[in-house]
Amino acid sequence: MANLRAIRKRVSSVKSTQQITRAMKMVSAAKLRRAQDGINAARPYARKMREVVTAVAGRAGSDAHPLLTSREAKKLALLVVTSDRGLCGSFNSGLTRAVHRFLNEHRGEYEEITLFVVGRKGRDFFRRREIPIRKEYLGVLGSVSRNHAAAIANDLVGGFLAGEFDEVQIAFNEFRSAISQVVRFEKMFPIALESSGKAPGDEVDYLYEPSREEILATLLPKYVQTMIFRVLLESVAGEHGARMTAMDSATNNAVDMIARLTLQMNRARQATITTELTEIVSGAEALKG
Amino acid sequence: MASTIRLELVTPERLLLSEEVDEVVAPGYEGEFGVLPEHTQFLAILNIGVLWYRKESAVEKIALGGGFAEVTPDRIVVMADTAERADEIDLERAQRARDRAEARLKELSLDDETHAKVRAALQRALVRMAAGGGE
Repeated sequence: MANLRAIRKRVSSVKSTQQITRAMKMVSAAKLRRAQDGINAARPYARKMREVVTAVAGRAGSDAHPLLTSREAKKLALLVVTSDRGLCGSFNSGLTRAVHRFLNEHRGEYEEITLFVVGRKGRDFFRRREIPIRKEYLGVLGSVSRNHAAAIANDLVGGFLAGEFDEVQIAFNEFRSAISQVVRFEKMFPIALESSGKAPGDEVDYLYEPSREEILATLLPKYVQTMIFRVLLESVAGEHGARMTAMDSATNNAVDMIARLTLQMNRARQATITTELTEIVSGAEALKG
Repeated sequence: MASTIRLELVTPERLLLSEEVDEVVAPGYEGEFGVLPEHTQFLAILNIGVLWYRKESAVEKIALGGGFAEVTPDRIVVMADTAERADEIDLERAQRARDRAEARLKELSLDDETHAKVRAALQRALVRMAAGGGE
């Protein structure tokens, strides 16, 4: 049986761990709520943006702007959105593993796959495996802003227009609910036009100011920004959700562990008392003799 | 015929406004344009500027940091990069931003890359001041 003092020490150490995990869970819950509000607030703009882009691009056709024109996908750019911090369960490992698999499986299909990585965790993963990263974005997730999304969008759109890659995909954790995040690969651009079911020309076309082409040229990069912004927000919400779940089960494990150790400790104490009693009794017996 | 038009103002961060109004004037790419109910389909790039709308006789001003506007006969949707209502604007901050931008503009040469950026910042500050009821 382990000695009493060692067990006591373990219990108090597990207790303080439990305190930390419990606090982290609460913090994540609060942050999650804020992140969810952010997603909801950003939704009307994103929806409207998609409507307008679909309407305008549908009328203009896919030749109107390079971002709409699909070309033979020889070179792929992949934006991987992970988190800066750990302690959030399989949030990062699930994603990076999926990306790693994707890279191995699709290496033959593309001439070149360029990686862009958001988040320290993803950066560390690929660096350890010596997979080159074109550009990394660290510390953007603390407070996701429009400017961060714009910077990332500029890099991707710029590279695409310059012909450095022919297709851009994004890999991220989609936020389903606080306890469920799903790894997703999404094609970002060239932008695939959803056919609205109506033949173009069915509706009255807009008057444009300045011109349809110029509007598309500003609208489309902004649309890409909006998509990236949404993904960043979802990823942050997912991170907090994952951390909340992870910390919740850590707290539960600590509770179980404390119960088990307390039992062990009490047994050890009981055993000591019994031994002492036996010694006293047998000592007394010996004196009687 | 509808006598009012629905004004919806969204920014990436939030839905700022969704209201029935009588008239909207927005800072378009080629100058201000007015929108009344039953306007034709219209899509425009918006400049940094003041958007104002009238509801009966009450006029409200919004400071816009550029964006797009989609107009249909019964609706105008403004997708702004940034937008603030007059009562949200911090005049002092806008003034400080203007002074800062003006000072920087004096140092920069015209073909400097940041020149355009600083000028845009100056414009935004000026628009905020105009919408906020400053000088």
